[in-house]
Amino acid sequence: MKESNGEVKFLPGNIVVAEAAVAAGCNFFGGYPITPSSEIAAHMAALLPRRGGHFIQMEDEIAAMGSVIGASLAGAKALTATSGPGFSLKLENLGFGYMVEAPCVIVNVMRGGPSTGLPTHPAQADVMQARWGTHGDHPTIAITPAFHQETYMETIRAFNLSEQLRMPVILLLDEVLGHLSEGVRPPKPGTFEIINRKMTDQPPDKYLPYDTSFGDVPPFVPYFEPGYHWHTTGLNHDETGFPTTNPELVTRDEERLMRKVTGNRDLIDKVEYYMADDADVGIFSFGSTARAAMVAVKHAREQGIKAGLFRPVTLWPFPNKQLKDFAEQLKGIVVAEFNLGQMVYEVERTVQSTIPVIRRTKVGGVPITPAEILESVKEIS
Amino acid sequence: MPFDYMTYLREEKLPHMWCPGCGIGIVVKAMIHTFTDLEWDPSDIAIISGIGCTSRAPGYMDMNTLHTTHGRALSFATGIKMHRHDKHVVVIAGDGDMSAIGGNHLIHAARRNININVIVNNNNIYGMTGGQYSPTTPLGAKAATAPYGNLEPSFDLVELVKGAGASFVARGHVGNGRQLNTILKKAFDHKGFSFVEVVSNCHTQFGRRNKMADPMNMISWISDRAKPMKKFEALSDEDKTRCFPVGVIHEDVSRPEYTETYQELIDSLNNGN
Repeated sequence: MKESNGEVKFLPGNIVVAEAAVAAGCNFFGGYPITPSSEIAAHMAALLPRRGGHFIQMEDEIAAMGSVIGASLAGAKALTATSGPGFSLKLENLGFGYMVEAPCVIVNVMRGGPSTGLPTHPAQADVMQARWGTHGDHPTIAITPAFHQETYMETIRAFNLSEQLRMPVILLLDEVLGHLSEGVRPPKPGTFEIINRKMTDQPPDKYLPYDTSFGDVPPFVPYFEPGYHWHTTGLNHDETGFPTTNPELVTRDEERLMRKVTGNRDLIDKVEYYMADDADVGIFSFGSTARAAMVAVKHAREQGIKAGLFRPVTLWPFPNKQLKDFAEQLKGIVVAEFNLGQMVYEVERTVQSTIPVIRRTKVGGVPITPAEILESVKEIS
Repeated sequence: MPFDYMTYLREEKLPHMWCPGCGIGIVVKAMIHTFTDLEWDPSDIAIISGIGCTSRAPGYMDMNTLHTTHGRALSFATGIKMHRHDKHVVVIAGDGDMSAIGGNHLIHAARRNININVIVNNNNIYGMTGGQYSPTTPLGAKAATAPYGNLEPSFDLVELVKGAGASFVARGHVGNGRQLNTILKKAFDHKGFSFVEVVSNCHTQFGRRNKMADPMNMISWISDRAKPMKKFEALSDEDKTRCFPVGVIHEDVSRPEYTETYQELIDSLNNGN
């Protein structure tokens, strides 16, 4: 489908998320106030009732996540937005969402941490939490856009992936992206793809809520469809949805949940490159830090260094294959991330010891500058 | 109307997992009785629970059933009710689930006056995890984590929820199933948040530690202390601390129901445009 863009709007990233969510068909938002994500909730509170959708400010972050999953099971396309401490609180119910396969989108506008940290300052320190935060083995999709136009389109893609794969999808912004105003040209309605969860074509007496005979993503039925009456539980369950402790059935189901991601990398993966074709010094960076990395690439090129950027838009699952391919042309790679070193472990695991991996990390609330990244680039060149 | 368990039960899931003599069965029976009386179509009901013995009840009921995380049933129920306010949303939970870990959701759902029917099976103990004291364990009673007697004062759930603004609050007990049917019917018929505490028995975890290992002893202990409101009010202050009032304790039909109010907002915004 060819996107046709409408008029330019000048908006903060948080508002872009809300506008895009509604464009993607979101009709439920359950939230709780937290800096620096609160504008998403405020904007949804204004937008949704005008479109017949529902907004509710719940009593806490945990309840917000619960309400989103409840609405999703009743058939809604549901969104919540939070930041570090709130994301920590949401994690148990996020795991429930993976377990029962409830499509929904969770935005984490990252701020400095740990604990209360730096509520009004940016960071990228929740990236490992996004992957491994909830207990137990589970699949994860986390998306890290870097520009507002991309944020708009990736918010829509987050909804599409969550619906298509029947699982929560995490959208990771940070305080810089959330509050920075920038031009976006939202595509005109009808010119971009909207995917809704696949509904069953089975009659009630044949319906199994976790039927695997149609592939790894079981067809859905929202609550209240006459006669279906399915059971939803966070306990390990079999195809019928009822609890089981049978080791074979539990193993089969948990492996299937993982396979929804590992088996659909073509749909999920997204990497953007900048001046990478002839690069021999790589920079790995994502989200707002990648904007500084792009400037660093330009400055390096002006000084005769052939730098190039590898920017994962889908951060989880980690783009191992793409990075490994890129690393083959490199003398070394700089990992620029706004934390004390998290994604660098994945980069090191991917490139093994074939090339040097230089860490450019930072905390303290002031973003990494192009000059700082350039300094690291020069360590390799 | 003929009483047909099987319209509302998943027969193939029986026998249930509860101990012989458990009070939860009496609560489930009363619920089915009420669904039958009100002629609710099972497809129109979502029943949501948290974690614990009581929270296993939805699994046996043939409708839309959701067994959530510990304490969080009301948050999931709120999302469901907001999205489908035309349907019946019922929450069943135990005392620990609803008033300890889930206490915040309870008071706020009551405050919103959202049309969710909550039933708390209050057996004064955490049963499934092995008899630890809950917010409703009586002062001095023994529990796995109160081997020398409970040092903490207990919640009066009815007063708590009434204080939080619930528009319908009632209490029944497992010693009087007929009365419980009447109470649940009024609660389920109420437009707005309704809360029914059912004083119940866990002879296995509470009774065994407190000289009432026989379920009938425990049910008698409950029944002897249950007094209709008028009789309760006539009791001496000392007797009042030992007994509890049963029946509809509070009912306010004047308060607006939350999802209806929200629908009015949707209508006004869309008519205005």
